[in-house]
This record gives sequence, structure tokens and C-alpha cells, in this order.
Amino acid sequence: MRPTLLALGLLLLLSGASQAAEPVPYSPVTAERLTHPEPGNWLMYRRTYDSWGYSPLKQIDTSNVAQLKPLWSFSTGVEEGHQSPPIVNDGVMFITTPRDQVLALDARSGELIWRYRRELPADLFQLHPTNRGVALYGDRVYIATVDAFLVALDARTGALIWEKPVENYLAGYYMTMAPLVVDGKIMVGVSGGEFGVRGFIQAFDAQSGESLWKTFTVPGPGEPGHDSWPGETWKHGGVPVWVTGSYDPETKLAYWGTGNAGPWMGDQRAGDNLYSTSVIALDVASGQIRAHHQYHWNDSWDWDEVAAPLLIDLPHNGKMQKSLVHAGRDGYLWVLERSANDIRFVSGQPYVHQNVFTKLDAETGRPTYDPTKVPHSGGRSEFCPSLWGGKDWPPTAYSPDTGYLYIPANENLCSAFTGEKAKYRRGELYMGVPFAKIEVLPTPEARDHIGELQAWDLKTGKKMWTTKFKSHNWGPVLTTAGGLVFSGGTNDRYFRAFDAKDGKILWQQRTNSGVVGVPTSYSLDGKQYVAVQSGWGVDAQRKQDFLDKAFGTRTQVPQGGVLWVFGLP
Amino acid sequence: MTTEAPPAGSAQDACASAPRRRLLCAAVAASVVSPLLSLAADADPSKQPLAPGDVLAFASWEDEPRIVTAADVLLDAAPLSVYPQDPASGVTRDNARLNQILLLRLDPSSLDDATRARAVDGIVAYSAICTHAACAVSEWQADKRHLVCPCHSSEYDPAKSAARVTGPTARALPALPIKLVGDKLVIAGPFSAALGAPAT
Repeated sequence: MRPTLLALGLLLLLSGASQAAEPVPYSPVTAERLTHPEPGNWLMYRRTYDSWGYSPLKQIDTSNVAQLKPLWSFSTGVEEGHQSPPIVNDGVMFITTPRDQVLALDARSGELIWRYRRELPADLFQLHPTNRGVALYGDRVYIATVDAFLVALDARTGALIWEKPVENYLAGYYMTMAPLVVDGKIMVGVSGGEFGVRGFIQAFDAQSGESLWKTFTVPGPGEPGHDSWPGETWKHGGVPVWVTGSYDPETKLAYWGTGNAGPWMGDQRAGDNLYSTSVIALDVASGQIRAHHQYHWNDSWDWDEVAAPLLIDLPHNGKMQKSLVHAGRDGYLWVLERSANDIRFVSGQPYVHQNVFTKLDAETGRPTYDPTKVPHSGGRSEFCPSLWGGKDWPPTAYSPDTGYLYIPANENLCSAFTGEKAKYRRGELYMGVPFAKIEVLPTPEARDHIGELQAWDLKTGKKMWTTKFKSHNWGPVLTTAGGLVFSGGTNDRYFRAFDAKDGKILWQQRTNSGVVGVPTSYSLDGKQYVAVQSGWGVDAQRKQDFLDKAFGTRTQVPQGGVLWVFGLP
Repeated sequence: MTTEAPPAGSAQDACASAPRRRLLCAAVAASVVSPLLSLAADADPSKQPLAPGDVLAFASWEDEPRIVTAADVLLDAAPLSVYPQDPASGVTRDNARLNQILLLRLDPSSLDDATRARAVDGIVAYSAICTHAACAVSEWQADKRHLVCPCHSSEYDPAKSAARVTGPTARALPALPIKLVGDKLVIAGPFSAALGAPAT
């Protein structure tokens, strides 16, 4: 390059710089703000560490929600499952898309501030093409990527600060969860249970990106629980962690839900297979597992229990008890008691038809199985609910106003697997069930309805109401102090507001696609907003394909992500 | 435990978001990236793309990581998953997913002309990487003799140039011409089409 051209280039760069937008005002996110978020902000996956999915805002309420209108929208230009919550910090909104784009938007106007596009490897494969959101800390934005990197971006500009390899995508590892941030540590878990990974949770320093600890969910030789895995099965034992955990600031324990063991057929890894299909309590300082509870042992149904339990204080035997509440993929609603060094079983009861557990041990909650309902290698077994369970990953929500837990459930569906011996090959499915031998079996009642939104009074353990949908339901749930529950999830593309007390539909909006995104609420200048991404894909689409096959129908749910923001006129 | 270095060219920051940054990114790319550097980044021979003359072999993580013979490929059996091996160094190029190859033997009379031209004794070879979302096409529908991708159920007919039969994919699996040298299977030319899935 000749000097004159170089000078011209520099001049262009400088003049460009002068035209660049002013840096947006940005409020750094502190540990204190994460623990006690302002009512108008939504700073993490479920807004608060207890994973309630509850907004204290109440400008939009049961009396005026019928007037709710779309205020602005934003097309992401990306197909597949848009599951991430719009996370809002003092007027700056962050959403993510499949293929790990991060978009920062002006939460008032919908103006794009910056967009991060990740250059993914050409040979990346995606069984679950999605991302479930960012984490915020300081003046940075963190995303866990589908090629298994943890990435830190400048919240003001979107500039890449660092990226750290977490694992090798060629061996089937990938990440889709929103990271959990506690005391300057960024915690992530890995997906890849269908590819013979060995699951773990890892913590990184928020500033430097240095690895601080790594805790496997499948114990290695010499570690407690290792003897629950025969032979070498632990090496490819699965137990991924792909949904953000909860956190108790008093005990400094993070509670994570874990996935099923691999391969899917339990007889190929006889034993309890700790810490699969469990909740584990991790000491955030050291990564040590302080306590665990296994919801069901030696899973053979693909019933991940990855959704983190909600931390709720509940009355029990005349006193308030620190509890963990989890609507399991195994179709049971579990209540556990938590303390600094223990997790104890309190109760478990089915919230959908479940024909596998014949009883629960009164003391430990350990289920006994009907052996005819346990899939095995070399034969066919039917079981209920289906492989996607009573509820898959979409989060439940809890309202302290009603005391109800809201569950996006699926009823009237069963499955059958015909198992076979699995052989591990790096980067290939390691399930022990060929895809062609996975069956979804609607019961006769499924013609009436499959999807449900249920409300359970956690003080009494009674179901209070059920609102039914003909479609299956993949809708993450938001509840607000306005006495409302917001959720989508059905194949008819609606996003709805329900009365939190009785489940009546008070408002609905048909959107561009199916709503599998996590809804959030925020406020600016005294005005409340409700935001959600509509973008059908991943297992909602996969399940739709199975149902169409079973019913002989052909349901078209258009794809392509759009962020919707609603408010009162 | 293996971890990969950050993928080359991962300065995927906000290059696309503002004209000024795009200019800056272009300037940085022009000044920094040289052919020498990119070669150095890909020096691992097990990550190199396949080349005509490569011998087909089982991957290094298989129970028997050896060269494939024609006798290994059984008529109408589920496909073998294999990789190219550099005959000079003996290195199997199995650290690049796009090198994964499906090898199967069909009745020669069932092959269409284009497929027969690439085959030897009914043995055909295709990219194992699904053209929809880049999963490994690992399932075999024995009754129809179709290849099936387990991720999203795209189905291909290996007797008809692995053309799409059904499913979300838009195009066939890229085909690979092979020849027999002694009892070894050797790559006779490049893939028939670009590998992998579109980056939507």
C-alpha cells in the first residue's frame, strides 16, 4: 500500500469513528443488583436467583390486559427455535438467536444498538439449534455457544473481549443455556447427552475468563457415586446440564437439574447412575457437590430433569420450610426440603398420566418401577408420558401473590422405544434407540387435547385449575404481580395472557411463528412492557412431526424469529 | 479431555453492525491474514481435507483403526463409517467431520448411471454429513435401502446419487468416486458437490 493510500485509509477510519453513534448509557450489573434486581429490570434467565419467573410489575393487570397491543417488533432473520428471554437492564435489551447471535436493542424504541454474529465451524452439527439467553455482569454480556465456547462481549458495543474453549464440539459437546453468574463467577453446563459426552458444570472468572473449577455430573474413579456406573460406562455416561441453575445466596449453593444418562437404555449401564436425572447442590466457591436428590434412577425414558428447581419457602408440619419445587419431565411434581448440607424428599405426585412408577418410598421418594414399562435393549416397551415427558425444558413460574406454581404440561401422550445395543463413535448419536424406533403414541383423549397450563397451590398440594389446548404445549411461563400469567407454546402461534387465579384467557395475540421463547416483563419511565420471541423449532417441531405422523395430519408452523414487545396503548 | 483452539477467524465481533467497524474489520483482515498464517493454523495432518489417492480407513477411535478392504463392505448392509488416510504418512484424516464418508455395497444393477460411474463392484461412497443441519447420517433403513439422518429425518437414496427422498434437506449427499487398488478402496476424485449444510 502506498503512503498516500494508507493515509487516506486512516482518514476514512477516523472520519468513520466521528460518525459512530454515541456509546449507550449502560448500568453495570453488580452482585447486589443480581441478588435484589430493581422491579423494572429482568437481569437474568428467570429474573431472580430463585427461578420464579415472576415480575413485581402490575400496571398491566386483569382489568386492562385486554387492551394490550404490540408496540414494536424486530425480525432476527434467523430460523429455528428462538427460546431466549429478552433480558433488560435499564433500557438496554439483549436477546439471542440460534447460531449464537446476540442482539442489543433499545428496549424503549426497538432500535438495534449492536449485533454479534458468531462464525461457527463449517462442520458444526446441531441436534438442538437454539440458545437460551445471555448472562450479564459488570459491563459485559456472556453467551455459551453451540460450538462449546464461553464468550464475553462488551455490553456497550458488542465487541469481543474474550472467548474460552469449554469443550470439543467434534466430540458432541455444545452449549445452549444462559450462563449463571454468582459473585464474579460465570457458570455453564454442557449439552450432548445424545452423543456420549460426560456432563459437567464449569466456572470461569468473569474478568479474565480463567477456569476456576469443573465438576463432572458423572463421578470418575474414586469419587462418591462412581460405583453406580458399571465398568467403563461412566466415560460416555451423558448427564448433560443444559438449563440455567437456581442459587441460594444464604447458603451460597447453586441448584442444577441434570439430564438423563446415556445411552438411553438403562440396562446398558445397570445402576443408579449418579448424578443423572437429579438436582445437585454445588458450592459456588469450590464447585463441590454438597447434596443431591435423584428424582428417578437408571432412566430409560429420555426424561431429562434439567429444569432447575424453584426455591420457595413453604409451610410443612406447621413451620416454614426452605424448599425446592420441580415439575419433572417424569410427570411428577416434586417438593424437596433444602439445607446447607442436605436435600430431603417431602412429596411427589403425578401432574399428568404416568404409568411407570408403582410407588414412592415414603422416606426417600425413590420410585419403584413397573418392569413392563421400562425400555430395554432388544425389545419394545410402551410408557407414559412420552419421551418429552409431562414437561420438557420450558420453565414453570411461581407467583407469591397466588401461591400457585404454573406448569406448561402435556397430557394424553405416551411413547414406545425399541432398544438396541449402542456403540460409541465420536460425534455420532449414542442412544441405544434408532430414531426410527422411537414412537409417539397419542391416547384416545389426545384428540380432545394435549397441551395444558396447570396451576398448583403449593401450600395444599392441590391442582387449582387447568386450561387446555388442542395443540401440544412448549410455552415457557411468566407470571406478574398484575395477577397474570403469560405463555405461548402452541402450534397455532398464539401468545396469551391468563388470569392467574382461574386460568381464563384474558388476551391473546397471533404471532408470526410458534412461541417457544421465555417471556419477560420490564418497565421504563413508568410504563410496563411484556416481551417475548416467537420462533418455532427444535423439539417443538420434532414433536409436531411425530404427532402429524400419528394423526395423519400435516401441520405447518412457519419458522423465523421475531421479537414482540407489548404494552398498554 | 480435549479442547480445541478458537476457530480461525473468530473475530466475529460486531463487524457487521456499523459501516465504520466493517471498514476496520476489512483493514485488519487485509493486513494480518496471510496464506502462511492460515497454513500454520491448519498444520495438523489429521484435519486436512481429503485428496484423490487417499485410502479409506476406519477412524483412529474405532476398535480396529485399519485400512478398509472391499471384503469389509457387505451387500445391502448398513453403511460403514470411514475416513480418508494419507497413504504417504499413514495419517487418517479423522479430525475433520467433513471428511466422514459412508461406504456401502448395493446391487450394481440398481445403480443409476452417475452412481455406477463413481462405484466399484457396487461399492458407493458418500459424504456422511447431512446437507440439512450437518449431523452425521448414521441410520440405515434396510427395507428401502435408504440412508436416514437421525437429527431431522432427511432420507437419501444411495442407488440414485443419494438424492433426497424426504425430509427437510434441499439437496443430495455429495458423492465420492472410488476405485479399487489391490483390495484397498482409493479415492478417485473430489466430492460431487460442496460439503455440509448452509449456514442460515
